[in-house]
Amino acid sequence: MTDRGSTSDKVITRAWWILIITTIVVGVLGLFLMYVLTGQIEAEDPIVERFTPTDVFVQPDAEWNTSILEPRSPESREIRKLSWLVFAIAVGIFVVVEGLLVYAIIRYRRRKGDPEDTREPVQLYGSNPVEIAWTVIPIIIVLVLCLATIRTIQTVQPTKGERPENALTVEVIGHRWWWEFRYPELNVVTANELFIPVERPIWLEITSADVIHSFWVPELQGKMDAIPAHTNYWKMTAEEEGTYLGQCAEYCGNQHANMLIRVEVLDADGFGAWAQQQALPAVVVDTEEVNLGREVFMKYACQNCHAIAGLCDGTYAPDLTHLMSRVTFAGGMIPNTEANLKAWIDDPQQIKPGCDMPALKLSTKEIEQVVAYLVTLK
Amino acid sequence: MTVLPKPTSASLPATPHGILERVHDWVTTCDHKKLGLLYIFSGLFFFLIGGIEAGIMRWQLAQPANDVVGPVTFNQMFTMHGTTMVFLVGMPVLLGFGNYLIPLMIGTRDMAFPRLNAWGFWMFLFGGLLLYFSFIGSSGLFGTQGAPDVGWFAYAPLTSRTFNRGNNVDYWILGILVSGFGSMATGINLVVTILCLRCKGMTLMRMPIMVWSMLVTGFLVMIALPVLTAAQVMLLFDRFLGSHFFNPQLDGSALLWQHLFWFFGHPEVYILIIPAFGFISEIVPVFSRKVIFGYTMMVIALVWIAFQSMSVWAHHMFAVGLDPSLNAFFAASTFLIAIPTGIKVFNWLGTIWGGRLSFHTPMLYALGFIGMFVIGGLTGIMLATVPFDWDVSDSYFVVGHFHYVLFGGTIFAIFGAVFYWFPKMTGRMLSETLGKWQFWILLIGMNLTFGPMHISGILGMPRRIYTYAPDRGLDIWNLLSSVGYLVQFIAILIFGWNVIHSLLKGRKAGPDPWDAWTLEWATTSPPSDWNFNPLPSVKSRRPLWDAKHPEDPDYEYE
Repeated sequence: MTDRGSTSDKVITRAWWILIITTIVVGVLGLFLMYVLTGQIEAEDPIVERFTPTDVFVQPDAEWNTSILEPRSPESREIRKLSWLVFAIAVGIFVVVEGLLVYAIIRYRRRKGDPEDTREPVQLYGSNPVEIAWTVIPIIIVLVLCLATIRTIQTVQPTKGERPENALTVEVIGHRWWWEFRYPELNVVTANELFIPVERPIWLEITSADVIHSFWVPELQGKMDAIPAHTNYWKMTAEEEGTYLGQCAEYCGNQHANMLIRVEVLDADGFGAWAQQQALPAVVVDTEEVNLGREVFMKYACQNCHAIAGLCDGTYAPDLTHLMSRVTFAGGMIPNTEANLKAWIDDPQQIKPGCDMPALKLSTKEIEQVVAYLVTLK
Repeated sequence: MTVLPKPTSASLPATPHGILERVHDWVTTCDHKKLGLLYIFSGLFFFLIGGIEAGIMRWQLAQPANDVVGPVTFNQMFTMHGTTMVFLVGMPVLLGFGNYLIPLMIGTRDMAFPRLNAWGFWMFLFGGLLLYFSFIGSSGLFGTQGAPDVGWFAYAPLTSRTFNRGNNVDYWILGILVSGFGSMATGINLVVTILCLRCKGMTLMRMPIMVWSMLVTGFLVMIALPVLTAAQVMLLFDRFLGSHFFNPQLDGSALLWQHLFWFFGHPEVYILIIPAFGFISEIVPVFSRKVIFGYTMMVIALVWIAFQSMSVWAHHMFAVGLDPSLNAFFAASTFLIAIPTGIKVFNWLGTIWGGRLSFHTPMLYALGFIGMFVIGGLTGIMLATVPFDWDVSDSYFVVGHFHYVLFGGTIFAIFGAVFYWFPKMTGRMLSETLGKWQFWILLIGMNLTFGPMHISGILGMPRRIYTYAPDRGLDIWNLLSSVGYLVQFIAILIFGWNVIHSLLKGRKAGPDPWDAWTLEWATTSPPSDWNFNPLPSVKSRRPLWDAKHPEDPDYEYE
């Protein structure tokens, strides 16, 4: 009977060796196999860099300022007032609690040569008055915060029926990875750059065409999510003319970082002129180069996704009818220049890896023709 | 007269010899102490991996328009970092300490279901490995992109087949699903063990706060995790069987996922912090040489937090456009949970007050925990203010906030616990000198990393962006965060060296190196297979105080 233990030991030992060796062999083979297969799938011709973009990440004529501390609308001013109140209360509590902690650490540290050192300190089990006090005081603070919060929610957050009479409606539609802005009252569609009149309430109807995004222009308003098959109502009123920047704030996949928003606030006249021009169909220029470019645009897949009023009506990608009225493109990522358009059409994946626009492998000549056409779309 | 044979943990000889026998012993063990150590060790291993993933992100973000990694890799890094730290570091390490310590603290031989316990651990480990297998398993073969890249809360419909054609989301679902079963088993085990196996004399109100916190955590795990599991199964149905729970194009709801996820997710946050409260409530009294202040209120606060934690989930969703009255409700509910949390902090201060503090490493971490957790708690109150949340939700402010809670809170508490109970677990002391160096470097490093994140958030930097434009005023704050990461990394290296060195050459600890009061210090270090012989009986919350001061026992005052 004494033998039984050692026999089973040997069997177990052998089993373990077999298990370990098999794991290693299978693992190495598997890794090798995957390496080979992966290599085959990814083996493509290297992309020839014929055009290079310039000034990526530059916002023409605008300073990047997205601080929530510099509100430029009544709504964000309301939010900031509340934020400062909460911040002040938090700082107060911070000072008191950390102060008590630091004081207690210094005051009650064990000192060398303390005659009391051999005895344990007084064992205090608790104190009802003190414990009630530090329960009731926070309750009062919480009550104050609650009331202030609810008041600000009431002021800032609109519900569906609360659209102001004189408001301008803009449908904000999040796409991967660009923004579509539609003005149903003005028959205007644009992308990434939101033009609004100053001192007029803007009624935003925010939704999404694919995954969840979030519309965030910090100086003008807090963020509001763009959710597919669901409309959120949001309201903001710009107080000053100028350019305000923002970006998508809900992770929406690969190029979440390059889904920027540019808000141009114009005076009433300027906005009217802009809207009038945007409502027109695309300009038709009749020169040989431009005609060739238009042919290239219609011949390849461009027209499947992009719309140009009077020519084609794709809805998947930004409307190009007035492309050249915008100062940036590619989700607001790069300045809208001829050189950048060429580089972009040559290979969008070089500039914005993972975006949904494919490199169509046009020849250099075709790229030059199609860009010659695009720059006429004023 | 019959003589019972001496019980052993397996059919193998009691002391295994030879490397394979030892491996076999650890793999087949049902001993709560070995499983506890396995949990903690695997958790710390994943901590290292999650930390490296964080490093890749900080490297990429150290400069604007950087190109260390591309968007795909970056998105995988923050997804895996979050998932790893929550599911494969926080939970297993905390539950591991529970596993190791609860039977010792309540004076029993093992957990109520030892084999379920082992099953739970292996489910967790293989769930974690399955998730990590996505790095190689998911790439190439089906034309997909490696590890999951949908964020740790994997919002629908980004996870649908339409937007994620590969199978990396399936790895995310299944890895977490499998390890979730393990956590549920451990949760049930903790609850049953604590309710049924306490030694003679240990009433519920004589249990150490740590045991209370594990009881509450066990209940939270049992309530919260099945919700996640159910949601993940629904998502699997969406992806494979053509159902459309979360598909808005076919009348499903994208928001349903958020409700389900955060109904799990917020209790989960408390699953990650309540055991940490337990550690601190053990360490602070011992190194203050005082009984815990306001024991009853501490227990009430724990149970209060647990209940309340299930009514605050939509504060993660203030920006999704809920009805104003719902926003107000969840804001109020979130403010309210600050009260029991405040009570706990004040009670720790009350324990320190009038004590005689000695600053051994566990105490440093406990005090660091209180200091940092207060900051995280206060920014939490700020975020509960709905309009402020519209400004900074999903920005780096939130990232800074929860890292103060989960790093300054949970991770500090875990380091405190490691330093405090390492002698019990291994029989050797960790080096105090190295421990203090590590503490101060880590404290500086974490503040350097996570402090500036609040400012980047206020300046308008959304979370999860792989790049940002120069001249936005973000450069310096991001650079500081990245430098802070390096500082923290040094601290972690010191810790690793400390553990290895002390395991081999550390000072012998003896059964009770800290002159503490709870039952685990009444047995040898490390404890024998069956913990106590004979089983102890207690008359108060501090049985070892009674033994050390027979003239002045606790039970005359409680």
